[in-house]
Amino acid sequence: MSAITTDEIISKVNAFLVDEFEVEPQSITPDANLKETLNLDSLDYVDLVVVIESNFGFKVKGEDFVNIKTFQDFYDYINSKIAAN
Amino acid sequence: MNRVVITGMGVYSCLGKNLDQVRDSLYAGKSGIGYDQSRKDFGFRSGLTGILEKPQLKGKLDRRLRIGLAEEGEYAYLSTLEALENAKLDTAYLDSHEAGIIFGNDSSALAVIEATDIIRAKKDTTLVGSGSIFQSMNSTVNMNLATIFKLKGINFTVSAACASGSHAAGLGYLFIKEGYQDMVICGGAQEVNMYSMGSFDGLSAFSIRENEPTKASRPFDKSRDGLIPSGGAATIVLESLESAQKRGANILGEVIGYGFSSNGDHISNPNVDGPYRSLMRALSQAGINISAIDYINAHATSTPNGDMFEARAIHKMCGDLKPLVSSTKSMTGHECWMAGASEIVYSLLMMRDSFVAPNINFETPDEDSAKLNITAKTVEKNIDVFLSNSFGFGGTNSTIIIKKFAD
Repeated sequence: MSAITTDEIISKVNAFLVDEFEVEPQSITPDANLKETLNLDSLDYVDLVVVIESNFGFKVKGEDFVNIKTFQDFYDYINSKIAAN
Repeated sequence: MNRVVITGMGVYSCLGKNLDQVRDSLYAGKSGIGYDQSRKDFGFRSGLTGILEKPQLKGKLDRRLRIGLAEEGEYAYLSTLEALENAKLDTAYLDSHEAGIIFGNDSSALAVIEATDIIRAKKDTTLVGSGSIFQSMNSTVNMNLATIFKLKGINFTVSAACASGSHAAGLGYLFIKEGYQDMVICGGAQEVNMYSMGSFDGLSAFSIRENEPTKASRPFDKSRDGLIPSGGAATIVLESLESAQKRGANILGEVIGYGFSSNGDHISNPNVDGPYRSLMRALSQAGINISAIDYINAHATSTPNGDMFEARAIHKMCGDLKPLVSSTKSMTGHECWMAGASEIVYSLLMMRDSFVAPNINFETPDEDSAKLNITAKTVEKNIDVFLSNSFGFGGTNSTIIIKKFAD
């Protein structure tokens, strides 16, 4: 099976974020702030961990979100975890 | 002491998704019971159940407010939304007044099972999701509705088995009567999924008349063979008369009596004395004669023993005075934790539209039901006063008496 490309990761991430957090697809841009755009409160981070696990099969630690500010940060983080796995 | 009136009602049940649909089903004597093969495949003795459509709230209710709702909470959200609209109460009013909420609910099994399945499979509690805990507790309906509707008054859940909804209404009545609250939203909710009912089915308490689902629930009939599980939610808005009149509310009825008792006996087998004391306490509190009661909405669930003991208790109270009696569970099945609230709504609809809904499938009385005035047909009748009974496991009993409002 060929490795997933960065574009495919972005597309997949955007799709499940739109579905889970019920935001408009166009509101998600690489430079946009993840927390503000998705209107995340402390409970929503629990659900973010769940959707990442169900889509990519790995578990994210809550503290990993500390350095994720923008969607680009988030894509990069997912990329690095996939590469590490 | 405040007078306590009802200014709003709403319902979501197997008889319909709103007041109009439910009213028409009640009038027509239409059953909401069906057969569910998946229950049999799962290991149920009976595949009979009330049939309800799952509400679709995505897009209608904000995600954070929605994901804490378990199945019964979704029903309760819709019945409460309708009750608040019916009462002409908006968010601005609720935000600026101290309205309370007391709901009857005694399980949220599906949410607990789904969460446990995930933890067993993944060996990780953090993958259950943030909504699960708020769906899993018995107080799930209260905590969610109080948040959604921004309620600021009394807020707790009544778990009293199949009398939960009735006790919730009774307690709301007492809070207002005693002057602690001006408005309390009361109701009952009941999940319908099979996982919540397996152990109840295991007692062989459910009807197995599976070839005739709409004839299976037959309270008081000689050939009854058990109840049919059902559910949904129902809501009433209780308010002090002063509050209702101040805001020009339409008054649907006045609560005049709340009776309660415990059998002090067997955990599942009822008796006559417990229900009788509940009936008499309600009557005494209402300060009316038995002859004033136009209609009794019986608890009767279609079990051989339960119906027998209730028939004896009603007969002991009424004697030769024979108010009309029907069990709407003949159409709905047993709505369990919700039943006390929904049967108040059903009876309020009858009082509003001057009819008594039938006890369908009542074809042959037995020795005890023959002593009551049970109607198997819809009766056109003015109702000034009705009485609603609810009894539950552990011998908890509740009786509510409601009167047509007159200044």
